[in-house]
Amino acid sequence: MSKLKKLTKQQLFLPIFCMLLVLCVNIVYDVSQGRDFYDFFKIYIQNEALNGRIINILNRGSEVAILAIGMTLVVSASAGTDISVGSVMALSAGVCCTLLAGPAAPQATELAVPLIVGVLAALIMGCICGAFNGALVAYLNIQPMVATLILWTAARAIGLLVCNNLIVYVRNDSFAVFGGYIGPVPTPIIIAAICVAAVTAVLKMSAMGMYIQSVGINRKASRIAGLNSQKIIFLCYVLCGLCAGIAGLVASSRITSADTNNIGLNYELDAILAVALGGNSLAGGRFNLAGSIIGAYTIQAITTTMYNLGVSSAVNPVFKAVIVIIIVAVQAPPVKAYFKKMSAKKQAEKEVKGAVGV
Amino acid sequence: MKAANALKDRKKMNSNTTLLLITIVLFVLLYAAGCVAYANKGFTTVQTFLNIFRSNAGLICVACGMTCVMLTGGIDISVGSLIAMDCMIIAFGLNNWGWASAPTIILLVLAIGIVFGLVQGFCVGYLEIQPFIVTMAGMFFARGMTAVISTDQLSITAEADQIFYDMANFRIYLPFGGTVNRAGKVIMPYVGIGVVIALVVLVVIFLMLRYTKFGRSLYAVGGSEQSAAMMGLDVKKTKMKAYILSSFLCSIGGICYCMNTMSASVNQATGLEMDAIASSVIGGTLLTGGVGNVIGTLFGVLINGTISSIVQFNGKLASSWPNVLTAALLCFFIILQSIFAKIKDKNK
Repeated sequence: MSKLKKLTKQQLFLPIFCMLLVLCVNIVYDVSQGRDFYDFFKIYIQNEALNGRIINILNRGSEVAILAIGMTLVVSASAGTDISVGSVMALSAGVCCTLLAGPAAPQATELAVPLIVGVLAALIMGCICGAFNGALVAYLNIQPMVATLILWTAARAIGLLVCNNLIVYVRNDSFAVFGGYIGPVPTPIIIAAICVAAVTAVLKMSAMGMYIQSVGINRKASRIAGLNSQKIIFLCYVLCGLCAGIAGLVASSRITSADTNNIGLNYELDAILAVALGGNSLAGGRFNLAGSIIGAYTIQAITTTMYNLGVSSAVNPVFKAVIVIIIVAVQAPPVKAYFKKMSAKKQAEKEVKGAVGV
Repeated sequence: MKAANALKDRKKMNSNTTLLLITIVLFVLLYAAGCVAYANKGFTTVQTFLNIFRSNAGLICVACGMTCVMLTGGIDISVGSLIAMDCMIIAFGLNNWGWASAPTIILLVLAIGIVFGLVQGFCVGYLEIQPFIVTMAGMFFARGMTAVISTDQLSITAEADQIFYDMANFRIYLPFGGTVNRAGKVIMPYVGIGVVIALVVLVVIFLMLRYTKFGRSLYAVGGSEQSAAMMGLDVKKTKMKAYILSSFLCSIGGICYCMNTMSASVNQATGLEMDAIASSVIGGTLLTGGVGNVIGTLFGVLINGTISSIVQFNGKLASSWPNVLTAALLCFFIILQSIFAKIKDKNK
């Protein structure tokens, strides 16, 4: 009993448990369909590229994983979520594609400017959006979700203005590489891995991770302790914007176009869900980046499984919404207090019984 | 005498009144600008002004509910999706369900609104989950459920249900402000049933916030939860009621909205929550709770409507401009609010 409790107390318990649950569903479904039980784990090379369901999940989940990095830091530092990430993705994709297509928009096959310019523009656009959110939250003390609400609608609308209400196609191999393959490995996986590695390195090598947590736990106390709380929160939002920029670049490269109406649609829910699934409290403070990343891939696994089971993509949000509410409800203080009370009651009953027995 | 003067001064200094004044001035300026720019296209007619009400009747109801929720310091972003779901239920039900008729389907939609609000309110009030997370989940849930019902573009025709069709097309003519058309016939300006419903909702909520116990407790909870609890108010219950009220008004708004569009699709009313929040904030409701008024909200909605009708009259501007402008206005007012809050802190 105590061992089980120890296991469930582990911070990574929730994401790994969910991941295993999804795997079980997949295996059961495969067996019931008459396929091998290891069908899910098969990795093979097709058309000189790695293939298989695991690879597929890792590939498709990259955007959410990249977003989850930024979201984790934002949640930790400011106890609020950045709901503009999906729209910012669309905006940076729009800016990038419009620049690359140049005068040939909306149908371009040649790059109008060097690729690096377009990529940098997407990333800078993400940073600007992040800085806007960060300035509102950190320096003007506006609730994070309300501040990011502005860009939630505005960013997508501005993206549509940039693209002139059209889907801008950039059918060029050098641009398609971000959503394609380097050798046999899908590039999004590599990009996500680099992002995770870079952020982890910065957090581990410097005291930044600790600073962010301390600001999240108590902003005033951290300021008195000599930390520049405002600057740290601001930086977290800029980083979150940058992550959204990268994710937007990957998403648009995947379809070699900027479909501003649809890129990043509903991704904010996925990113927040990833953070919650990763065992991080949405009330700020301590965070676990690894948990969020596992959470992100778990969500993609859920999505892929849904498609596998024949659930339409439009219905998907229903399940995700229910999962979010359940996870957050379990973490809610009154529910926790209730369970504590129940277990204390049980303990007391046991003791009473023991006393009577004696 | 001195005390009275101090009270007068305080009333003068009140930043909330200033915000409301800014809003009204902004609306007048915007409308005047529209009148000057598009006078030859008929912007100055009474009908144009009434059309702002006609196309925003749903939004007025939703924004009233949103104001009530925001008074408690919460937020409800599920409203746009809930309206989409309401429209889909009405359209799909009238077309496909044999038992459905206008009264039953309206009752069903209102009941769904109450249940939806009950669940959200329970999560926010009793489980103490952040309102944003709860209502965001609600938003995706409702949007998903809309897709579960149908992913087609449905429209409500006279064959589907005669009563609903007649209700939607019923015109109430005003006795003044008519225009003469080309044939020389005088056409009186008119409004639909939706506008009447919206105005009734507005008046009821205004009176409720001002004179009922529930209305005052909304302000108390938003001002300070702790003090409200110490005064003996049931904070959790008040919060839950606020969300129920919001979803219920949203359902009424959904019916008005449906009467206006007479169609339903999965992507209907996306971003309407943003318009509702923007209207409340522009109308002087503080995001931190405790301050606000539905009269301000009405002007917020009117500003929203004026922007979109100016874009419509122009005809050349892209359809995403209203979104950008509303977001810019929202940003402006949020920053204004935070500056006022800072000044208030300093004066303390």
